[in-house]
Amino acid sequence: MADRNQQQEVVMSLDEQNPETVKADLLRRYPIKIARKRSKQIVVNKVGACDDVPQISSNVRTIPGLIGQRGCCYAGCKGVVLGPTRDIINITHGPIGCGFYSWLTRRNQTDPDSSEDKHNFIPYCFSTDMQDEEIIFGGERKLRKAIQEAYDNFKPKAIAVFATCPVGLIGDDIHSVCREMKEKLGINVFGFSCEGYKGVSQSAGHHIANNQIFKHVVGLDDTVREGEYKVNLLGEYNIGGDAFEIDRIFKKCGISIVSTYSGNSSIDDFSNSHTADLNLIMCHRSINYVAEMMDKKYGIPWIKINFIGAEATAKSLRKIAGYFNDQKLIDRVEQVIAEELPEVKKAYLEIRPRTEGKKVMLFVGGSRAHHYQELFNELGMKILSAGYEFAHRDDYEGRKVIPSIKVDADSRNIEELEVTPDPGKYSPRKSPEEMNALENQGIKFSDYEGMMPAMKDGTLIIDDISQFETDAMIEIFKPDIFCAGIKEKYSVQKHGIPLKQLHSYDYGGPYAGFKGAINFYKEIDRMVNSKVWGYIKAPWEKNPELTATYAWG
Amino acid sequence: MLLRHTTKEIMERSALTVNPAKTCQPVGAMYASLGIHGCLPHSHGSQGCYAYHRTALTRHYKEPVIAATSAFTEGASVFGGQANLLQAIDNIFAVYNPDVIAVHTTCLSETIGDDIPQIINKAKADGKIPDGKYVIHANTPSYVGSHITGFSNMTKAMVDYFSSQNGPKQKTINLIPGYVEPSDMSEIKRIAREMGISSLMFPDTSQVLNGPMTGHYQMFPAGGSKIKDLQSTGNSLGTIAMGRMASLAAARALDAKCKVPYEMIDLPIGLQATDIFVDSLRKMAGVNVPESLSIERGQLLDVITDMQQYFFGKRVALVGDPDQVLALTKFLVSIDMYPVYIVTGSAAGKKYQKALEEATKDIPHEVKIKVGGDMLLLHQWIKNLSVDLLIGNTYVKYIAKDEDIPFIRFGFPILDRIGHSYFPTVGYKGGLRLVEKILDAVLDRKDRDSTDINFELVL
Ligand code: SF4
Ligand code: SF4
Repeated sequence: MADRNQQQEVVMSLDEQNPETVKADLLRRYPIKIARKRSKQIVVNKVGACDDVPQISSNVRTIPGLIGQRGCCYAGCKGVVLGPTRDIINITHGPIGCGFYSWLTRRNQTDPDSSEDKHNFIPYCFSTDMQDEEIIFGGERKLRKAIQEAYDNFKPKAIAVFATCPVGLIGDDIHSVCREMKEKLGINVFGFSCEGYKGVSQSAGHHIANNQIFKHVVGLDDTVREGEYKVNLLGEYNIGGDAFEIDRIFKKCGISIVSTYSGNSSIDDFSNSHTADLNLIMCHRSINYVAEMMDKKYGIPWIKINFIGAEATAKSLRKIAGYFNDQKLIDRVEQVIAEELPEVKKAYLEIRPRTEGKKVMLFVGGSRAHHYQELFNELGMKILSAGYEFAHRDDYEGRKVIPSIKVDADSRNIEELEVTPDPGKYSPRKSPEEMNALENQGIKFSDYEGMMPAMKDGTLIIDDISQFETDAMIEIFKPDIFCAGIKEKYSVQKHGIPLKQLHSYDYGGPYAGFKGAINFYKEIDRMVNSKVWGYIKAPWEKNPELTATYAWG
Repeated sequence: MLLRHTTKEIMERSALTVNPAKTCQPVGAMYASLGIHGCLPHSHGSQGCYAYHRTALTRHYKEPVIAATSAFTEGASVFGGQANLLQAIDNIFAVYNPDVIAVHTTCLSETIGDDIPQIINKAKADGKIPDGKYVIHANTPSYVGSHITGFSNMTKAMVDYFSSQNGPKQKTINLIPGYVEPSDMSEIKRIAREMGISSLMFPDTSQVLNGPMTGHYQMFPAGGSKIKDLQSTGNSLGTIAMGRMASLAAARALDAKCKVPYEMIDLPIGLQATDIFVDSLRKMAGVNVPESLSIERGQLLDVITDMQQYFFGKRVALVGDPDQVLALTKFLVSIDMYPVYIVTGSAAGKKYQKALEEATKDIPHEVKIKVGGDMLLLHQWIKNLSVDLLIGNTYVKYIAKDEDIPFIRFGFPILDRIGHSYFPTVGYKGGLRLVEKILDAVLDRKDRDSTDINFELVL
């Protein structure tokens, strides 16, 4: 594994540059007001004694005209959180575009044959395709009819409705239409007011999705399923089959997943998920709300885990075993780690000589820019800079800063559900004493330490990086690999630098768990050592002079 | 089964679109804007729209697609987006310095009713638009029409903002290529060049969305219609507009504004449509068709006649954008194929529907046409009686796999193959490529389905 001590040496230089000077370079071109705002979103990392780090401004408004990579509230709600659930008919209420773009574009693998009814609506796109009539006279009638038609054609067990920008403006009450149709059809019908302009990024949509799922689905089915060590896996969307790999490992260990939010998921699993005994959070940003609410209402504690990286996977498994505090599970987990880890080690030891010291930048999402550092560390690569698109301060600096986060107007508009213990179903899974004892053993509940404390001093942390800053960082540092998304992919590659997509995985994966780690090492080896980047200069550009034999004269 | 809930039974649907065969206006406007040299497309709305549109175009072209947004928040949605657009214009010129910003609206800004020309005027008055730089706009509400409408509106905006009669008539012909690929735009220009005709094309995305790998990223690549060329389109002899839905509006506007007459033709897909294109060019410019083009034509016809047995009688299902679908239908019919199921996503009107009916009237099978339909309907037709070949965008592969039908990717978007950016499907050369694709698909299937006894070496 990467030598942590060596990593922690305090240097305020970054790849032989002064990070403060680099920061100034990034800001120089900007109009003064913009420079001032961006300078709070670009921070030179410095980790203090108690893991305290400098404050970074994040989850703030996108600057018009600056060109970044964020999406909208609808994308976070319909695309990210609800998209991977196969057996709900998701109707986009709005003009055709929003539904079209979120149709099958997120690679959420699912296995419909594993549920009894085998429903799978993921390959379908449902839209009310709003026309100007509806914009003028209102779209509720068309929505009502669309729900009816969805029911008549497909007989689903649940229908969800997602509002897009114009819907909020024309004042359609999607929730009352849903209530009415729920009554009429006798199936679960519920809506999400996730108009794209809400909040400042897809993050608002995650929150809205969490709220509605919690309100309309969680807790509907009290059946206690068979199985030991019951957990929910939250914020794992099964891109490229990640959740399948985690499933595989859990099965080997004897851990039962009640529900995954929301990779390879069924709405039936959500309804039943309050029967689990522990919530595990992968992507903290997109799903922490459900975990918090389940804790309050049902008494299920949550811990942050990370299955990206071999060492991180092992550590997460041990945390889970520690929580259940049962020797059978502890032994089983140790046995699984002992079985799986050697092969992973063999893989990275073989590859590492070819990747050691290569430079990486990661600008992506709300958790992956942190998680993937584990894998790069295992390959001995150097992380120069990282940032998120839509994270909040707690994802950067750790949850300890939450009390000091000022709630601005954009966030205040996103509903915070009032949650109280359920009179019938609240049952704390551990007594306060047990919780204390576990905390003392190092299992932190309801906590996430954030990305910055895990990064070296002097690295540049850049929130919501702009196109201009992206190009400048590449020019300045010439990284060996750049991790981001599809919109950045080809501009970065035109610079002659490979870009690894960490949303879609470039159609590869899985990268989670032990087998996933091996896939990732091989993938990065392929990318940073490929010949194909070496052909940019044609022979006549390398040697422009003509030889005497052929020259005139 | 991928589309496991699709039934044979067809129920009337009037409110629910399932598996659309079209998308929204702004993405077409963004694509058209990228066909102006040095232009930064700008989406006036919340940032989700531009994120989606950039993503869709990026996946289709595997090239950088750069654009900006007004990034509306809830406040802007209530009070209007003027402040956001003004700030965006300021920042864009300061940081990225394009020659042109091409603003298109979104559902959101249209529903609010932002007055873009007024905001542009204010930007001008406030000195936010540097000398020699331009901000143009098109209204592209997505609850009207489709991505083709957006393309058409932005193409027309190029005329509205730039075209003028600023000098004597030139022996130049304007070419409005329609919503086609960068490769097609190059090919259309090449044909004109081959005929010795000087032409101005707009929009022109060649060498913008199929640029070379150089090791240097250029936000504004070499291609695109130049401003001075757009300005002088008003001095040209005439305009050839290809694809009614995408190009008519601009051609008409240019005629009205600068008295440049136009010829409205189908997209030059296939032998006869290319004949019409070449003949229109010949007549308008008063030139002879060179031998080189006659050879290209003859080669295409040669392959068609040699392989006619494999085209004959094949039942085809076709889905896509109206201009493409019409031209392709005529081509398929002309080589003795039977396009029996035809769906366009965009509602293109009664006349358009008539044109499709006319083109397919001699097919000795029941022909089903839905203008303004979706892919669920197409799939249901196929479930009732199958076809030999499917043609459409990448989403059609789900139907192709489920029903085990040979499939050719054609149209927008193509997310899983390359080729469309580099190899045209217009002109005689493009016709050859289409014919090759059709034969590959049909003959691969024949090989696959042959028994060991009737498997053939030579076909
Ligand atoms: S809100 Fe309108 S413009 Fe934006 S993606 Fe949706 S349909 Fe397109
Ligand atoms: S980290 Fe990436 S995949 Fe996960 S929710 Fe956040 S954006 Fe989505």
